[in-house]
Amino acid sequence: MDADRQADAFVDAVADGPIACDGLHSEAGPDGYSVETPNDRSEGLDEAALRELLADHERLLDNWWTWHRAGDGSRRAFLRWVESADSRPVAERYDTLAEGVTTEWGELSIHVELTGEDTGDRRYELRHIDDIDVPTADLAAFEEPLDLRRPMKFDDDGRYRPLKTAPNMPTGWRLGGLDGRDCVEAVEIAYPATVANWYREKEGNLDITHWRETGERQTGIYGIVEELPREAVEWVAEAACVDSQCLKRREWGYDEDDSLSTDGGEGPFPCREPCSLVVAAARRWTTLEREDERTYEFTLTPSEKEQVEDIIDTVAGGATEDIREADVYQGANRYRTRYLRAKRMDEEGNLCGVVTDPDSDDHDDHDDQ
Amino acid sequence: MTDSNAQALVVVAHGSHLNPDSSAPANNHADTIRETGVFDEVRTGFWKEEPSLREVLRTVEADEVYVVPLFISEGYFTEQVIPRELRLEEWDVDQWDSDGLSADSATLAAGDVEKTVHYCGPVGTHESMTDVLIRRAESVTGDPDVGPEFGFAVVGHGTERNENSAKAIEYHADRIRERGRFDEVQALYMDEEPEVDDVTDYFESEDIVVVPLFVSDGFHTQEDIPEDMGLTDDYQLGYDVPAGVDGHRIWYAGAVGTEALTADVVLERSAEGGADVGDAVERVRERTAPKPASD
Repeated sequence: MDADRQADAFVDAVADGPIACDGLHSEAGPDGYSVETPNDRSEGLDEAALRELLADHERLLDNWWTWHRAGDGSRRAFLRWVESADSRPVAERYDTLAEGVTTEWGELSIHVELTGEDTGDRRYELRHIDDIDVPTADLAAFEEPLDLRRPMKFDDDGRYRPLKTAPNMPTGWRLGGLDGRDCVEAVEIAYPATVANWYREKEGNLDITHWRETGERQTGIYGIVEELPREAVEWVAEAACVDSQCLKRREWGYDEDDSLSTDGGEGPFPCREPCSLVVAAARRWTTLEREDERTYEFTLTPSEKEQVEDIIDTVAGGATEDIREADVYQGANRYRTRYLRAKRMDEEGNLCGVVTDPDSDDHDDHDDQ
Repeated sequence: MTDSNAQALVVVAHGSHLNPDSSAPANNHADTIRETGVFDEVRTGFWKEEPSLREVLRTVEADEVYVVPLFISEGYFTEQVIPRELRLEEWDVDQWDSDGLSADSATLAAGDVEKTVHYCGPVGTHESMTDVLIRRAESVTGDPDVGPEFGFAVVGHGTERNENSAKAIEYHADRIRERGRFDEVQALYMDEEPEVDDVTDYFESEDIVVVPLFVSDGFHTQEDIPEDMGLTDDYQLGYDVPAGVDGHRIWYAGAVGTEALTADVVLERSAEGGADVGDAVERVRERTAPKPASD
């Protein structure tokens, strides 16, 4: 019955204009219909013959029907990408779809499979890539895309995620039984605007706004951001935009003709301009970069110098929680750090008793946030 | 597939890098309106969250887009930041032809999408926001007839950051006063006289409902104002509703924008901008009405 409905739609569609979809080509001409499949070509068919031929190419017809109904634009392109429709022939693709195909979008695993025997209707399921092998019954089941909105605000430790594309998406859930529309809707809740920007990039019209233009556009408290030195912008990107911090692939540079040397990342979806989090952090860095450098003299043992470096490294790597309580061989271990503080910092919190600003009366300047 | 008759609503709000609840009112009101089905799409966009104001329009499929700012007053955000970030390049604040309270809507093109954008005035200055303030008083007291023997304080930031912010506070305080429902009505401010710190000085009534004209709960409404009024010494310990202060009972309501009826104001803004909302205004009012207490 589905096949008849699909054939009806095909006959209507080919009357409106030539069809070309993944190896199935057809046209209506004065001498009847022509149809080309990956294996043969027929011409001069009447409608009955056309229908008969389509009935012999169930998958090609079904594939056409699926994408015909998906409309144009980013949703269709994305769903085609999910099942590699541009690169895999229909027969092979349908074989794999029967088993299910899984692809990754940031930390999202998107699984698609065919629902039944007669129809090419797909069903999609989303979950965290770390949960791919977790039995379905062990995952919290969400029912609709909007169910994702609140959970996506927090990481697995319950901390607020101000950046949706940071690699700290919560685990332990699944959202299944989705049609294509809901699948894209859910992906957009997890990673807003990524499908739209990916599509623009694919179509060759991604509008990239580079650092300088972004800085110049700012007003109010962010108006100072444009003062940030060129070299500091590299550090901004290294601090906030590499894959360990954000899964968007950074496509913006300092300026159109001046790219940054920091790695932009490998993810499927692009970052087309510095985000609000980066701009807000850059405001703070702009203020800090206004300070002049000074020379201080600190007396430390070689191990203490390395320990300071370890602490910076560990905090920057977000790895403080990974250090075991009693692992005093790690410089950033809490006991080691407390020991260093007891030995090397005075009551005002000055490292080695060296005041930050000897000309100021206030030597306790560590709390002035 | 774009439908030339399709219309979308985009609720734009501030959002926060620090507070997960900041975006909740925008999302909740969007959900309420989405359920009416009068828009083909209802989306949210944020200054500090995602999708950003810069990218929200490209997530919309419809050709006609109604943008309603979930902001309290006309000023820096509604006049500069939002139009700039949405790339409403032809925007000129004169298109709202507003005295600071009367913005309606302007029809514009956006630089990155081929859509018609109807940029509407903020919810905070809409006349229906007065109803939301009163509803908030009903919600916090649990009394649908609250009014007699009660004072009502509308609290705002003050003029320090934006002159129109105080205008909106005065506007709603005047409108509530004109209705004669509450014994006394007073506008109070966080950073200027009359100050919210001295709330009890401004009322004779023993009971005072205090409603901040803010979009979402956050630092100001959850920490500053409760402490300033003396509801608590430490906001982290919470406060009672009502709380006794200087012989008065203060019914502190928190941000007005969290009240479900705010969805009605968003909808009305879009309708005044030209959106076809059918009978959704009535349906939203019905839907957001307090449920009668069950016995």
